[in-house]
Amino acid sequence: MSPAQWDLPPELCCRPMAFVALTGLDVVYNAIHRAIWDAFCTNRRADRVPISFKVLPGDHEYPKCRTKRTSYEWYIPKGILKTGWMNKHLNLVPALVVLFYELDWDDPQWKEKQSECATKVEIVRTSLQGRNTKVAVVLIQKKTPLPPGEDLVASERASALCGACDLSGKSLFVLPHTDHLVGYIIRLENAFYEHAQTYYYNEIRRVKSHKEFLNKTTHQLLFVRHQFKMGFFSELKQDTQNALKYYRTAYSLVHELRAHETNMLEIKTMAGFINYKICRLCFQHNTPLDAIAQFRKHIDLCKKKIGSAELAFEHTAWMSKQFQSFGDLFDEAIKLGLTAIQTQNPGFYYQQAAYYAQERKQQAGQLCSHEPGVGYPAPDPLETPTGALDFYGQRPWRQGHQSIDPPDSEKEKQGILALQVKERDVLHSELIIALLSNAVAQFKKYKCPRMKSHLMVQMGEEYYHAKDYTKALKLLDYVMCDYRTERWWSLLTSILSTALKCSYLMGQVKDYITYSMELVGRGLLIVYKVDIVICDCQNEVPEPEPDCDPASVKMAQSLWSDRISLAGNNEFTIEVQDYVPFVQCKAKFLYPSFHIDEPVQLHVYVRADCPHPVRFSKLCVSLSNQEYNQYCLLEDASKEQDILEPSTQENMCLVPGKTRKYCFKFVAKTEDVGKKIEITSVGLMLGRETARYVYLNWRGGWGDAASSHETLQASRSFKRRTRLPEQQLDWDTVTIQSSTMIISRVPKISVQLTHEPPALTNEMYCMIVTIQSEEDTVAKDIKLTAGLKPGQDANLTQSTQITLNGSEVCDDSHPALLPDIPLGDLQPGQKPLYIHCVSTGSRILLFHVAYSVSATVEGKDITCKCHKDETVTLETVVPFEVAMKFVSSKFEHLERVFVDIPFLLMMDILSASPWPIELVNSEVQLASSMTAIDQPQSQVEGVTLQTSECASECFLLKCPPVQNGTSTVASGHYFISWKRKSAFAETSVVRTIVILPHVMVENIPLYVHAELPSFGRVRESLPVRYHLENRTGLVQDVEIGVEPSDAFMFSGLKQVRMRILPGTEQEMLYNFYPLMAGYQVLPQLNISLLRFPNISGQLLRRFLPSRIFVKVTF
Amino acid sequence: MQTAIMIVANYPLYIRSVPTQGELKFHYTVHTSLDVVEEKISGVGKALADQRELYLGLLYPTEDYKVYGYVTNSKVKFVIVVDSSNTSLRDNEIRSMFRKLHNSFTDVMCNPFYNPGDPIQSKAFDSIVSTMMVQAF
Repeated sequence: MSPAQWDLPPELCCRPMAFVALTGLDVVYNAIHRAIWDAFCTNRRADRVPISFKVLPGDHEYPKCRTKRTSYEWYIPKGILKTGWMNKHLNLVPALVVLFYELDWDDPQWKEKQSECATKVEIVRTSLQGRNTKVAVVLIQKKTPLPPGEDLVASERASALCGACDLSGKSLFVLPHTDHLVGYIIRLENAFYEHAQTYYYNEIRRVKSHKEFLNKTTHQLLFVRHQFKMGFFSELKQDTQNALKYYRTAYSLVHELRAHETNMLEIKTMAGFINYKICRLCFQHNTPLDAIAQFRKHIDLCKKKIGSAELAFEHTAWMSKQFQSFGDLFDEAIKLGLTAIQTQNPGFYYQQAAYYAQERKQQAGQLCSHEPGVGYPAPDPLETPTGALDFYGQRPWRQGHQSIDPPDSEKEKQGILALQVKERDVLHSELIIALLSNAVAQFKKYKCPRMKSHLMVQMGEEYYHAKDYTKALKLLDYVMCDYRTERWWSLLTSILSTALKCSYLMGQVKDYITYSMELVGRGLLIVYKVDIVICDCQNEVPEPEPDCDPASVKMAQSLWSDRISLAGNNEFTIEVQDYVPFVQCKAKFLYPSFHIDEPVQLHVYVRADCPHPVRFSKLCVSLSNQEYNQYCLLEDASKEQDILEPSTQENMCLVPGKTRKYCFKFVAKTEDVGKKIEITSVGLMLGRETARYVYLNWRGGWGDAASSHETLQASRSFKRRTRLPEQQLDWDTVTIQSSTMIISRVPKISVQLTHEPPALTNEMYCMIVTIQSEEDTVAKDIKLTAGLKPGQDANLTQSTQITLNGSEVCDDSHPALLPDIPLGDLQPGQKPLYIHCVSTGSRILLFHVAYSVSATVEGKDITCKCHKDETVTLETVVPFEVAMKFVSSKFEHLERVFVDIPFLLMMDILSASPWPIELVNSEVQLASSMTAIDQPQSQVEGVTLQTSECASECFLLKCPPVQNGTSTVASGHYFISWKRKSAFAETSVVRTIVILPHVMVENIPLYVHAELPSFGRVRESLPVRYHLENRTGLVQDVEIGVEPSDAFMFSGLKQVRMRILPGTEQEMLYNFYPLMAGYQVLPQLNISLLRFPNISGQLLRRFLPSRIFVKVTF
Repeated sequence: MQTAIMIVANYPLYIRSVPTQGELKFHYTVHTSLDVVEEKISGVGKALADQRELYLGLLYPTEDYKVYGYVTNSKVKFVIVVDSSNTSLRDNEIRSMFRKLHNSFTDVMCNPFYNPGDPIQSKAFDSIVSTMMVQAF
C-alpha cells in the first residue's frame, strides 16, 4: 500500500460533469473535424455548460450493462460502493453519444449516405445495449443552411433521415462548417446538455425505483449505495441542492450500518467520501458554517471508531487525511472569495491533520516494531486478482466479506502483518512536515505569530526526528528569539535542548556552545550539564546528549574529532545580546567624567548563574579609543599550564551567585580632553588560547537578551536590599555608566576682576583683570580672552567694544571679544581693559584664561591645558541727563522764539551716575539759523557733579529773520566733555554730544522794548522810554494806553493813537514817580495793533519789564 | 481530565495545571492563544471603546481543549484551558471563575511586597486556584 492509499480518489474530488461522447470525428487527419473538436474542448470558461467531451471511435465498446435484477430477495450486497463506479459514470458511460456525419442536404448520393448514417447509429446503439444513453446525430454541412421552413428539400430529407436512424427530430442537428463555428458549437452543446440532463434525471429515477425492493435487514449497504449514487447523478445533472440532500441522507445511513472490526474501514472510508462531498457542496453553496458543522459532526462520530487495535495507525492516518482534505476544501473556498477569520481558518485543520499524523507515527512506531526476522508474508495477502479492490475500504484478502468474524484467522494475521510492515516504510516525518508547513502558511495569513512559531517548533522537532538536523536547527533558531523576547522560558528550554542535540549531532561547535551556555544560564528551568563549556575547552568531543540516535551519535563523534583537528576552527565569538548566557556582565566608569590629571577608573562586574564555579582566562574591555584597551585587560598568567591545575589566580574564578568586581585604571591622553570615552564591548574568554576558546562579547559593556526586563523589575522592586558582607555587591544595584568624559584639569589660578560698576554709557570703562597662579610649576602660555560672552543679543555685540588701550575712545572697528591676548609665562600681574558700551543695559562679559602646565599622574608626565572662565555681568547706565529749554530774557518759558529778539537757551545737566562726574568742558555749536549774542563761554567747566546733582548753564541767542512767517529751525549741538572722577584708575575724557531741540521761529510785526533804569527811588522821578519798532513793510496804526497804578504817579501820554511808518521806531517817554518801596508792578502799557488783531497786548508786554525795584530814600 | 490556569503578562506570571505531565503542551496552547487575545483586545479597542467586559469568552476550540480568555484593564491575561469533554462548565461558570481569579489577583497586586511583573508566589492565591480547580473539574 502506497502512502497515497489514504488519498481521496480523484474521481471523488473532481467536479462531476455530464459526459458526452463524440463519435465519427477524425481529429487526426481531418482538419474540419479537428476544428470542430477544438471548438468543443478549448476555451471552456465558466459560462459554458459543464460537459466533459470525449472523442470515441464509432464502434467504441462501452461498459457492458449487467442484466437488471428483477428481485433483490436473495441478493446480499458485498460492499457499499464499487471502486470503479464513479469513474464509470464520469468517463466511461456517456449520457449522450453524438454521431458526426458529413452530409449536405443536396448531396448527390443522398440515399447511400442516409443508409450509411443509419448503420452507424445502429452500431452505436448496439454497443450501448441496455443503457439509457441517448444518441444524437450531427450533420456536418459545407453550405450555410437556409432559414427553417424555406428549404423544403432539407426538411423532407431531415424527416427521412430521422426515420431511417430511428431518431426523434430533436436529436438531429446540423452543423454548417462556416465562419461562425464557435457560435454553432455553443448552441449545439446547450442542446447536448439538455439531453444529458434528461438522461441523468432518468438515471436518478431508476436508482430510486430500486428502493421498494430493499429490506432493512440485508440491504443496509444498498441504502447507502443508492443514496450516494443519486447524489452523484444529481451532481452530474448539476443539481447540487438535491445532491446535497441525497448525500446527507447517505451520510446518516452510513452511520446506521452495523459496525464491527471487519467492516469499520469500509464504513469510515465511505463516511469520509460522503462527508467530503457534503462539505464540498456546502462550500460551493457559500454556506461555510454548514460545512464546518458537518465536518465537526463527522469527526465526533468517527473519532472513536478506531477499528482493529493492531491497525490503530490506519485510523489516525484516516483522521489526518480527513482534516487535511477539509483544510484543502476550506482553502480552495477562500481562494474563490470566502473570507476566513483568525479563529476559523484552514490552518487549524492542517494543524490537526499534522497532529494525527504525529499520532500515526507514534502508533506505527509501537505497532510495527517487529523483530528483524519478521519479513513480509510470502503470498502477498494484499495482492488481488485484478490488482485493485472491488469495493472501497475493504481488505484485499477478504473482499466482499460482510460477516462479523473474519473468514480465515490465519489470513487475517498475515494481512495485518503485511499492512504493519508497509506502514513501517512510510516516511511519516515528511507527511507531518508537509502538513505543518501548510498550517504555518495559513497561520501567517491570519495573524497568529505565536501559533506559527509553535508549529515551526514542531516542524523543527520533526526534522530532528527525520535526522535532517540542518533544517531542524534553522527552524528552531528562527523561532528561538521569539520565545526569548517573550520570556517563555519553559518553552525556550525545550526548544533549546532539541537545538542542542541537533548542533551536537552536526558537530556545530559554535551553536553547541551557545545553546549549552544558554541552557546553563539563568531563567531556564533545568539544571543542565554544568561544565559543558569547561570540558569543551579541553578540546575534546563532548558527551553525547541523551536520547540521541546511536548511529547519529557515532557520526557526530567522528565529525567532532574532524572539527577539532582542524586548526583555526577553535575560536568562537558569541555576541551575548542575542542570548541569555550563564555569565552576566556590567561594566561602568566610576564617574561620568574624569579630569585629565587623574586616572580614569573602570569597574567590570561579572557574575555567573550556573551551578558550579567557572574559570575564565581573559577579561578585556574595548573602549572607543582603542589605545586604552591594553590597560583594561586581565589575563591568566599561567598560560601554558594545564587548566585543571589549580590556578593561583583565584581572581579568575567565578563563584555562582556572587558578583566579582574587576578594577581597571588608566591615564587618559591629553588629546582626549573634551572627548567621550565609551565602552564598546567587554569580552570574556573561556577556554585556552592554545586550545578551543570562546569569547563572550557584551556589546556596550552589558546586557543580554533578558537584562532589560530584569533591570526594569529590579528598579520596580522595593525589597530591602540585604546587606551583603564586605566585598560583595548586590548585582541589581550596580548601575551602568558606559561612557565618561575626559575634562581638563582643574585650574589652580585665580582670576580677579577689579572695576567700579556700573559702567556709564560711552565711557571707556576700565576693568582690571588680575591673574594669580597657584600652580606648583610655571604656568606657561597664558592667554586671556576677554569680552562680551558669545551667544548674547546681537545688538550688544555691535554696541560693545573692547580695547586694551584706554587712551583713545573706541569706535566700531574694535571687536566685542578680544581673543587670545598673550600674556606669556605668568608673572602674576594685572591687565587693564577698557570697555566701551554704547548702549545701556546689562551684558555678560567673559574672561577666559587658558594656560598649560605640566603635571605628573601615576608617574607619568603630562602637559595639561587648563583654563578658567570668569564671567561678570556689567550694568551700563546713562551718566547724566541733559535737559534743554528755551526761555525769554525774563526766564519765561518760550513755546516759540521771535526773529531778532534775544532769548536764552538753558541746559540742565543732571547726574545719574553713582560715581562723581567731572564736567571738563561744554560747548554749544549752533546751527546757521541761530547766532550767539555774545561769545558763549562754558559756565560748567570744571564742575564736579555728585549723584543726582544738577549743573545748569545758559546761552543768550537770537534768531535771524526767517523766510516766511513762522518755521521750525534746528538749533545745533551741545557737546559735553566729561570724565568719571575716580581714584581707582586714570580715566579718559569722554565727549558726549547732545542734539539741541528744534524750535519754532516767528516774525513779529511790532517790537516793543523799554529803556529804564535798573531801579527807582521813592519819590524820585523815574524816566522810562518805550521804543515801538515797526518791523513790517506797512504803516501801522497803534493805540497805546497806560493803566493807572497805585504805586506810581506818572506823566506822559495816557492814551494815544499814532502811526508808525515801516521800519521806523517811535519813542514814548514817561516819567514815573514811585510812591512805594519794594518790588513794584509798573503801570501796565496796553498796546493794540489795529492791523494785526491777533497780536495781543499781552504778547507784546512780554518784551517789557513788568516790575521794578524801588528803593527807599532817606 | 486536564485543565490549566495561567496568568500571563505576555510572559507567564502564574501557571497551574492538572495533571502536571504534559505541561509543555499547555504552555504552548496558552502561548498560542495569546494571538487570539491580542486580536480581540485590539478589536475591542476599535469598535467599543467603552466596553467594560473583560471576559473574552472561548478563544478558540481545539480538538482536545477549550481555551477561555480574560484580560484585565492593565492587559494582564488570564487563560483557562479545559478539556473538551468537560461539558459541565458553562460560559457563566467560566466567567465567574475568571472573576474570582481576578479578585484574588488584585489582592496579590495589592501586596506591597509583591513586585509587579514578578512571577506570583502567593499561598493565598495558590489555595484559591486549588479550590477552584477541585470544584470545577
